[in-house]
Amino acid sequence: MADEKHSLLGAVIEGAAGLAGSYAATLTHLFRKPVTEQYPEYKRPMPARTRGRIILTRSPDGNERCVACYLCSGACPVNCISMQSEEGENGRRQAAWFRINFARCIYCGLCEEACPTLALQLTPEFAFCKDDIADFVYEKEQLLVDHGGKHPDYDFYAHAGIAAGTPKGSHIDEDEPVDVKSIMP
Amino acid sequence: MTAELLIGVGVMLVKMAVALAVALGLAAYMILLERKLLGRFQVRYGPNRVGYFGLLQPLADGLKMLLKEDIIPDGVDRRIFLVAPAVVAGMALFAFMLVPFGETLTILGHAVPQVIVRTNVGLLLVLALSSLAVYGLALGAWTSDNKYSLLGGIRGAAQMISYELALGLSLVPVVMRARSLDLSDIVAAQSGLPFAVTEPFAFLLFIIAALAETKRIPFDLPEAENELQAGFHTEYSGMRFALFFVGEYVNMVLLGALIAVFFLGGWHGPILPPIVWLGIKVLAVPVFLIWTRASLPRLRYDQLMALGWKVLVPLALLNVLLTGAILVAAA
Ligand code: SF4
Ligand code: SF4
Repeated sequence: MADEKHSLLGAVIEGAAGLAGSYAATLTHLFRKPVTEQYPEYKRPMPARTRGRIILTRSPDGNERCVACYLCSGACPVNCISMQSEEGENGRRQAAWFRINFARCIYCGLCEEACPTLALQLTPEFAFCKDDIADFVYEKEQLLVDHGGKHPDYDFYAHAGIAAGTPKGSHIDEDEPVDVKSIMP
Repeated sequence: MTAELLIGVGVMLVKMAVALAVALGLAAYMILLERKLLGRFQVRYGPNRVGYFGLLQPLADGLKMLLKEDIIPDGVDRRIFLVAPAVVAGMALFAFMLVPFGETLTILGHAVPQVIVRTNVGLLLVLALSSLAVYGLALGAWTSDNKYSLLGGIRGAAQMISYELALGLSLVPVVMRARSLDLSDIVAAQSGLPFAVTEPFAFLLFIIAALAETKRIPFDLPEAENELQAGFHTEYSGMRFALFFVGEYVNMVLLGALIAVFFLGGWHGPILPPIVWLGIKVLAVPVFLIWTRASLPRLRYDQLMALGWKVLVPLALLNVLLTGAILVAAA
């Protein structure tokens, strides 16, 4: 009996200590600085590779990088990229129009990975709300920027783009064209 | 004679207006206080956008509630459904008329007691009103025609029955010491030591039982969000929903006032003017309730019942006997 009494008292003390512990824990919280970030006033700097709004970049010489190869629109799981290719004055392929529907985009980044010219890039900008859902359809003019994005020094045509503006054999890491008649056995 | 009567009626109206404004204003800001404090307890800010420091938040909330659509689902018993929230809020406000705010004043030769209604059964009336409020809850839940509401309502009613006893019994020692059921007399009896010191067990029991009466964590079984959606007010929206909350927060303030009157010596206190003391005591209780809400988990339903019937009621009875023995020994 005495033993039971003791265990009851012990249980009461243990319970009371447990309660006091949780009260103490919340009390210490009261004097800590809140961890909340006050969003519109303080914008946390996002990592450079955050997948937000999409841009079309330009190479260092100021030309459009996009060669309208349709790879991005083929890679897009939700089919929100569409374009029409054409040939420009200097013989370069380019997009006659280029359209991304951001209301449908899921910001997966597959288009960026598919793009062979590093033209299409996702930026950390994520807050661009609209009142009208139709305004989310961005045209080429809205997508094009005048810098190189994450790869400012890269120029696709310095590596490839056969004979469009740059003659054969003048590309980086490219051998001179071989005269087939000179390599006869 | 008529002039006397008119003055009496006028004074009564003014007192009622003041009490109503104080109760509702406090309740509105109690919501802000709760949200702010809960935020800080959880290491975040709480509302701080509307007005300086979030001070206009209650106003914005009220406006929003008023503008919301008042949805009355098919299948509800309309009359009872519409009245139920008003019962909850109304009973809490009614109980306020019994709370004394200070000594009897003498203005222009008239004795003006600082209480709206002074009766010699004040304590009983307060208990009765607080039990009536549960009717609003249970009826609203029952007529909602929703199983979650019904479960919440049943829990509310069962909880009320089991804790009402402990609540009443924990006040018996207070009555024995004050030798009166009149709230003003009870305060007057504490001009020396408050009953919280002389009757610590009764104080503790009353706080626990009152926590259950106000249906707040750890005893918020009737609305238990994670089991019952919102419990008894699941089907309510707009201002009717808000009325339930007005009731709950007025109840919190009322509880503060009652604990101040029954155990903390009402407006008695050194140095500061009486009304300030009363204010401090009345506000200390809700702050404690909010702190409790941030600290404790919800009880399981059977634990709640076991605590009420097997622990609180016997302890309260024992406490009555103990107080009786002490009083007899002292006399
Ligand atoms: S990020 Fe994904 S969804 Fe968006 S355009 Fe690119 S591929 Fe399509
Ligand atoms: S994958 Fe790149 S280069 Fe090809 S169409 Fe898309 S953006 Fe243009």
